[in-house]
Amino acid sequence: MANKLLEVKNLKQYFGPANNPIKAVDGISFEIYEGETLGLVGESGCGKSTTGRSIIRLYDITDGEILFKGKNVLDTKSRKEMKEFNREMQMIFQDPYASLNPRMTAGEIISEGFNIHGLYKNKQERQARVAELLEAVGLNREHANRYAHEFSGGQRQRIGIARALSLDPSFIIADEPISALDVSIQAQVVNLLKQLQKERNLTYLFIAHDLSMVKYISDRIAVMYRGKIVELGEANEIYHHPIHPYTKSLLSAVPLPDPMTERMRERIPYTHEEPGETATIHEVKPGHLVFGTQQQINKWK
Amino acid sequence: MTQSKQQFDKIAPEMFTIVGGRQGETEKLSDKTVSFWKEVFLRFSQNKLAIFGIVVLVIVTLMAIFVPIFSPYSYREQLGIYNAAPSAAHWFGTDDLGRDVFVRVWQGARISLFIGITAAVIDLVIGVLWGSISGLAGGRVDNIMMRIADVLSAVPYLLVVIILLVVLKPGLIPMIIALSVTGWINMARIVRGEVLSIKNQEYVLAARTLGASTWHLIKKHLIPNALGAILVTMTLTIPSAIFTEAFLSYLGLGVPAPMASWGTMASEGNKALTSAPWRLIFPALFISLTIFAFNAVGDGLRDALDPKLRK
Repeated sequence: MANKLLEVKNLKQYFGPANNPIKAVDGISFEIYEGETLGLVGESGCGKSTTGRSIIRLYDITDGEILFKGKNVLDTKSRKEMKEFNREMQMIFQDPYASLNPRMTAGEIISEGFNIHGLYKNKQERQARVAELLEAVGLNREHANRYAHEFSGGQRQRIGIARALSLDPSFIIADEPISALDVSIQAQVVNLLKQLQKERNLTYLFIAHDLSMVKYISDRIAVMYRGKIVELGEANEIYHHPIHPYTKSLLSAVPLPDPMTERMRERIPYTHEEPGETATIHEVKPGHLVFGTQQQINKWK
Repeated sequence: MTQSKQQFDKIAPEMFTIVGGRQGETEKLSDKTVSFWKEVFLRFSQNKLAIFGIVVLVIVTLMAIFVPIFSPYSYREQLGIYNAAPSAAHWFGTDDLGRDVFVRVWQGARISLFIGITAAVIDLVIGVLWGSISGLAGGRVDNIMMRIADVLSAVPYLLVVIILLVVLKPGLIPMIIALSVTGWINMARIVRGEVLSIKNQEYVLAARTLGASTWHLIKKHLIPNALGAILVTMTLTIPSAIFTEAFLSYLGLGVPAPMASWGTMASEGNKALTSAPWRLIFPALFISLTIFAFNAVGDGLRDALDPKLRK
């Protein structure tokens, strides 16, 4: 098996007053192996984006451990260490309209990281690098002097991807990168992400709420519900043999492209079940983890 | 249902041929690049009222600078002709001490504009610092800083200003201090609001994941994006400072004689309203015109900067 690139252990992220916090992420653990894509799915507000932002340290986590390449990222205190960490891990954001500064040109946005890290001091080198990144995401080099509002949603998202690639990271958190785009552009962007993964040996944490898209891009899928990962496993395994009723419900909501079968599709409603105090992670098959009590899991099977 | 099934059966994959995509062509941007500020300028220049405001302000400023220099009379020189009506020699007439009103109006413009602009600049500096620190720091610091501003603004504004002027003795500097004591609060609130909304924008988060320092965030993201709101607030602060100055002078708390501001001139002219109305009309006219011009420019700027009007 490939090396573990990222290991999250019992990550907790609470917001609000300490005596009655909002438990956005409530003790989740998972690993991401080098070169793979882990899809993180769940409904709005279940803590997917918070998980991503906590891992990249946009939030100070409440509890838990995050190991990146075997090193605990919470130990990186000095600015120099932080910057090394920033170069390894980058993020692609959800809203292509909010994630680009309206006062900056595409070139300035992509080269922002160079300024921060003091790279490519020479002007020609810098322009060449920006042009290379623009072309890598399927844009023209002439686009460097354009402002964000001149681009379409899909083009903007590709500028966001170029920015994330600018520091040559090994791990990218894609926080719902396609949910604000229309379907044809979604496919374009997902294919671009796949192609870049192959070319640059990237590892992704792909956050989304669209299961069909996640299945297409991910090697493994984690299903998140109310701040907890309720099911985790190989993409095919989760897709074809779901165990947790929430996963089943999510899968039943995926629209089918064939009108005849779509008409037959039946939605499975999910009624919230308290997991109970004794609920833990159970490995029902090698690599297929389900959260619940033993009785619940027997019942679900 | 069977009918629709038949329809779908008719469409088979063999009926489609792949013609390929149009690579490159779709990514072209045809329009010329227009920077944000150029676009703002273009939109501003289409606003006739705002352009009129700019023209008025330029004329008033030029007159304030040059008339007192080139006029044959000085603003404090007593010419011996009292309360003379406007004529070729004295365009706006003379006052009860025999001083030329035309020169005094432009001398007054210097004082009024100086007070207005200085007060606005002081508001800008204090307000931007206070508001951005408060918004960036957040939490308890933000709470304390904003409550201080609330307390200050809860005390009636005029009361504060009048007490200060009485304590400090009327004059140019005390007037500016009095105007600035509470004037910065509005700016601080607006800047804080801007900072709060910008600092959670995804492009700021993106810069943070790239490893940006706080200073980098302020320089590259916060200031450029808050500049519009700051500029508008400032252009609207100047006329309110000019108006307050005129109002306080009218109450007798203005700059001491023989200095002239529009407010003091209007106050003195008021006494001769029936016998020599030009002594009130001209300063009052220029107060109104200047305030109107500043407001028109401020409104024009706000419209030009509003992203919702973007095509």
